[in-house]
Amino acid sequence: MLELDHISYAVREGESELGILNDISLTIDAHKLVVFTGPNGGGKTTLAKIIMGLVKPTSGQIRWNGQDITSMSITERARLGISYGFQQPPRFKGITVRRLLTIASGNERLSKDQCCQYLTKVGLCANDYLDREVDVSLSGGEVKRIEIASILARNSQLMIFDEPEAGIDLWSFARLTETFEQIHAAGTATMIIISHQERIISLADEVIVVGDGAIRHRGTAAEILPKILADTTAGCPVLTKEGALK
Amino acid sequence: MMDTQVDRALLEKIADLLGKPVGAFNIRKDCSCDGRASTEHIKIDDRTDGHAGIDIRILDGTKGETCHIPVIITKSGVEETVYNDFYIGEDCDVEIVAGCGIHNCGDQTSRHDGIHTFHVGKNSHVHYSEKHYAEGDGKGEKIFNPQTIVYLEEGASIQMDTVQIRGVDSTKRYTKIVCGKGAEAVVTERLLTHGTQVAESDMVIELDGEDSKGRVISRSVAQDTSSQVFRPCVVGNAKCFGHVQCDSIIMGDAKIQSVPEIAANTTEAQLIHEAAIGKIAGDQLLKLETLGLTEEEAEDCILKGFLA
Repeated sequence: MLELDHISYAVREGESELGILNDISLTIDAHKLVVFTGPNGGGKTTLAKIIMGLVKPTSGQIRWNGQDITSMSITERARLGISYGFQQPPRFKGITVRRLLTIASGNERLSKDQCCQYLTKVGLCANDYLDREVDVSLSGGEVKRIEIASILARNSQLMIFDEPEAGIDLWSFARLTETFEQIHAAGTATMIIISHQERIISLADEVIVVGDGAIRHRGTAAEILPKILADTTAGCPVLTKEGALK
Repeated sequence: MMDTQVDRALLEKIADLLGKPVGAFNIRKDCSCDGRASTEHIKIDDRTDGHAGIDIRILDGTKGETCHIPVIITKSGVEETVYNDFYIGEDCDVEIVAGCGIHNCGDQTSRHDGIHTFHVGKNSHVHYSEKHYAEGDGKGEKIFNPQTIVYLEEGASIQMDTVQIRGVDSTKRYTKIVCGKGAEAVVTERLLTHGTQVAESDMVIELDGEDSKGRVISRSVAQDTSSQVFRPCVVGNAKCFGHVQCDSIIMGDAKIQSVPEIAANTTEAQLIHEAAIGKIAGDQLLKLETLGLTEEEAEDCILKGFLA
């Protein structure tokens, strides 16, 4: 179980302080699939990074399976079973896909067959990719899928994915949603997925809408999707204002 | 041969040798021959011109054979210049494993300058690898100044892999490769300096023959207050293709100078160079930490991959 207790995060902007997250409290039960959604700049990624330890909260407490992890490093959290798939993964000159999956799995003797399974789940063929370096020779979509495969190889208790669909083609996206469904059905991991995709939102046990640094709505996909549609702004409020285009 | 633990450890480091080499070999230890074997196709002999070193003659058509010529220096104060000449016949495909390891626990300088000249016959392929490594906690400096000169005849090729692992206080490397018609040279250089070490590498690939190709891939890491200078140069004198790529990771208070050069002497030469120097990106470290590595382990992993 993951518990966030009065989490706030602010940055200094000149003399004043700018609140990015404001007093967020949240509990996610084990083996649930939760989707964070909401407008860009609303605080979803910051909240996810705070869980992984990539960002330190200004105040509040984080507990994972009852243990206070607020002051723990990224490495310590990773070793406690938390993993994080980056929205824009870094590239590594000289590190092959196979090496990255091996590091992720923590098993120095990770077999080709196991690598193949992880890559197939994100729509890549192991024969084409295992010995390739995770460098600029790969496209953005390829690097993104390898990033997701590294999280699958990690096989952790809490998997956080930041916009896994970004940069991925429709065919691979369908394969990816199947993979999320399978992990969820197996009931072995808790998943937090930051996503704007209806297909992923509809897989969720709970959807949390984050906006302006706070939780705006919580509920099932059936409850939340109509709210998202109702809140959708059709066009620019300034341009559509009477007289603005004249 | 390979009498002591130091000998065995050095030979494993520089040539991956865990026992007596298979095929032709010459092991040089502290200025003298510590073991030698020729084969039916690869003959190794002392030089006859008075210089220290050996002549290696490989017969036409020799394929799939390996020749090991490691050098180890286990005493402080040993300084030597060794001349090794390779005469490789036509239609060969051979692997030559060189390399030098210094173990210097004393206060005097130990230095090995290996001057290697390759004459590679028509349509032959040579894979040449050379590792330099030094260790020892004495004050004596450990120095390597290798020179490699390669002449590639029509259709010949060389894949040259050089690695300087650790512990070398000072190195001044010079490489020159002359490519004939349809010849191809691929040079990969891996270098790590730390402490107050200095490394300099000058390289010239002359693409003289029509349809010749030259490629230089240099990757280096400079740590602490060490300094490195690279001057790889590809000269196009005919219809040819040349590519120079230098990548360096800079750390601590190190200094790196990377000066790739391409020079075309004909409109038919197609030459490219790229060079980049940068520190380890923060997001690379963070990504590996999310996979359970500590910051130090992540840094080590990035450097090992980069220099692999």
